Amino acid sequence: MEAKSIQFKRNAVEALDDPNLQAALKFAKDGFIGKRTAAVAQLPEWNSIRNDVRVMKNHVLDNLDHYLLAYEAAVLANGGVVHWAQTPEEATDIIATICTDMNAKTVAKGKSMVGEEVDLNAALEKAGVVPIETDLGEYIIQLADEPPSHIIAPAIHKTKEQVTGLFHEHHRQYGLHEKITDRAGLVAEARQVLREKFLTADVGITGANFLVAETGQHVLVTNEGNGDLSSVLPDTHIVIAGIEKVVPNLDDASALLRLLARSATGQHFSNYTSFISGPRRAGDTDGPKRFHVVLVDNKRTEMLGNELRDMLRCFRCGACLNHCPVYGSVGGHAYGWVYSGPMGAVVSPVMIGLENAPDLPHACTLNGRCSEVCPMSIPLPSLLRRHRQATFERQLVSNASRYGLTFWAALATRPRLYQLFTQSVIILLSRLGRRRGYFKRLPLAGGWTRSRDLPAPQGKSTFMALYRQRRQSL
Amino acid sequence: MNNKPKVGLFVTCLVDLYRPNVGFAAIALLEKSGCEVVVPETQTCCGQPAFNNGDRASTIKIAKQTIEAFSGFDYIVAPSGSCAGMLKHHYPELLMDQTQWSDRASEFATRVFELTCFLVDIMSIDLSQTRFDSSVTYHDSCSGLRELNIKAQPRQLLGNIDGVSLNEMEDTEVCCGFGGTFCVKFPEISERMVSDKVALVEQSGADVLTGGDLGCLLNISGRLNRMASPIRVYHVAEILAGMIDEPAIGEPTSTNTQP
Repeated sequence: MEAKSIQFKRNAVEALDDPNLQAALKFAKDGFIGKRTAAVAQLPEWNSIRNDVRVMKNHVLDNLDHYLLAYEAAVLANGGVVHWAQTPEEATDIIATICTDMNAKTVAKGKSMVGEEVDLNAALEKAGVVPIETDLGEYIIQLADEPPSHIIAPAIHKTKEQVTGLFHEHHRQYGLHEKITDRAGLVAEARQVLREKFLTADVGITGANFLVAETGQHVLVTNEGNGDLSSVLPDTHIVIAGIEKVVPNLDDASALLRLLARSATGQHFSNYTSFISGPRRAGDTDGPKRFHVVLVDNKRTEMLGNELRDMLRCFRCGACLNHCPVYGSVGGHAYGWVYSGPMGAVVSPVMIGLENAPDLPHACTLNGRCSEVCPMSIPLPSLLRRHRQATFERQLVSNASRYGLTFWAALATRPRLYQLFTQSVIILLSRLGRRRGYFKRLPLAGGWTRSRDLPAPQGKSTFMALYRQRRQSL
Repeated sequence: MNNKPKVGLFVTCLVDLYRPNVGFAAIALLEKSGCEVVVPETQTCCGQPAFNNGDRASTIKIAKQTIEAFSGFDYIVAPSGSCAGMLKHHYPELLMDQTQWSDRASEFATRVFELTCFLVDIMSIDLSQTRFDSSVTYHDSCSGLRELNIKAQPRQLLGNIDGVSLNEMEDTEVCCGFGGTFCVKFPEISERMVSDKVALVEQSGADVLTGGDLGCLLNISGRLNRMASPIRVYHVAEILAGMIDEPAIGEPTSTNTQP
């Protein structure tokens, strides 16, 4: 998809003015946060697991080449094929070629964020293959022709009424004319439509939550079982995954699973957790005949080698989004690309270029709630500060803000001058606003005063000036 | 011989500019707890405006200047979790690679405390003679809460004061939308966040909002004022020191005398 992160500020204002979105965000926030808190509270060893997996993932990142090659060897031994894609284009070319080689007409797709990242659906359509999203949320936004607005709940911004409208419009072609308005009815109709798609799809494409180097398996976590049907029913199964998804063995995958669902939805475990080992073996009664894995780099090795390396521990649970007050105010689409919230503000500038998303790292109060809940202990505020440093050094921030900052820094590093300056400012401000106690409006302070009054300074002097007077009078 | 711990007060730029009363309240509290307090005159700001906007070089200069200004004190105390967190955690990070500074910054960091933590954890202050008849709600500022684990200390101190009843608001750990320059760079988002916060402050039923960081308090007070709310806002140091004769934050001065 075309990135619209450059207009974050405009997107955010539109989002704040969208009552449907605001209602959906409020509903989602209340649910996710409470459920996660309860699930974590029930696991006394939470922090110790959290610490263990951080160490484990750091070890994997230190030895990423080793574990990826081990994973590849294991997949080959299981009868699968591994493809390496450095760029989104390489990834989509590989997948489109596999599909066209199979003369595939339709593809059943499980939900995959890396699939969104490389814009897989557009590439498949271009190759003449029809992709069908089978995760209910992804299916809804595919009908709406929109990107996901949340990692694990892609259609979180859609209200029930909007879904009714979309199904009514798109399901007519299957002879379904009734306008369904209740949740259960909507789910049943989607299931009816999608079931047929599963059965007729030529290729299944899914993501992977983890890749297990020791066994060549991948772990797939869903709540709808759609990933399993996409994996097992079609003759060809293609897995697309970022290279950071590899873990050494099944114990490591199990440790991550204990954190994943709890962090994401507050479930102890997702409804479906499958360990998938590749193509159908002799004697198996089902499973795909051909099995491919496409490992995607897309700037991940760049992050491996720079100060954003900690971000590669991310396993896309969405907890940082759910707990971010900025995400909670504007939702995912405002961020303008596939990823949103705190993790998106770190990852998107890497993948689409900081110059195309300069506001994202700044659209954060650095309140730290994201890293507090992050099961992988990623220091998100520090990583956002790294981006901010780059926006400053590459002059991607407005001139007004750069010059303002430079002027302020020049003062702040000269204490005597600083105190003369601040004392004059206070004299001025207190003359203007002291009687009232606050300002309704003030030049250069429009950002502040549009929605709140600016309290006037307490007196006619700074603390430092008063303190000096007091010392002299002693 | 004077055995009192020698404390250097880091005033913070917002207290210096906006609310000198908080600085004097901090001095009063520190002295009451048994410290000797000095305010070094070569301090300015902790450097967060530069740090959080990506100007690392300026931040490092400010960090060094602050460390210099506070050499020779047993403790450095700030009436702000955000600034104390900057001094305690981010200075050592920033100076990690500079051989002649990294040890100095780490040693400096061990002496840095936020005011309420210092009064409780180090000095065990006695506030039993103080009185403040009000229902109070306490906003947990993000940096103090998450960088310094300030949560129990201010509540313990408020609990020691006669007449105070603490009405906790819902989501007291959620950001108020201040975020330093965030609130002017993204005013619409900040407005949403501070509006949510103000609604919860009002729901608490408290007469007074307090907290340990002036930035957040200016933000919330500004919104309360705009919404014509009668809730008054004081920095927690002012309440603890019993220095609440001054008009609350954002209230007009009743007299023309200086503090």
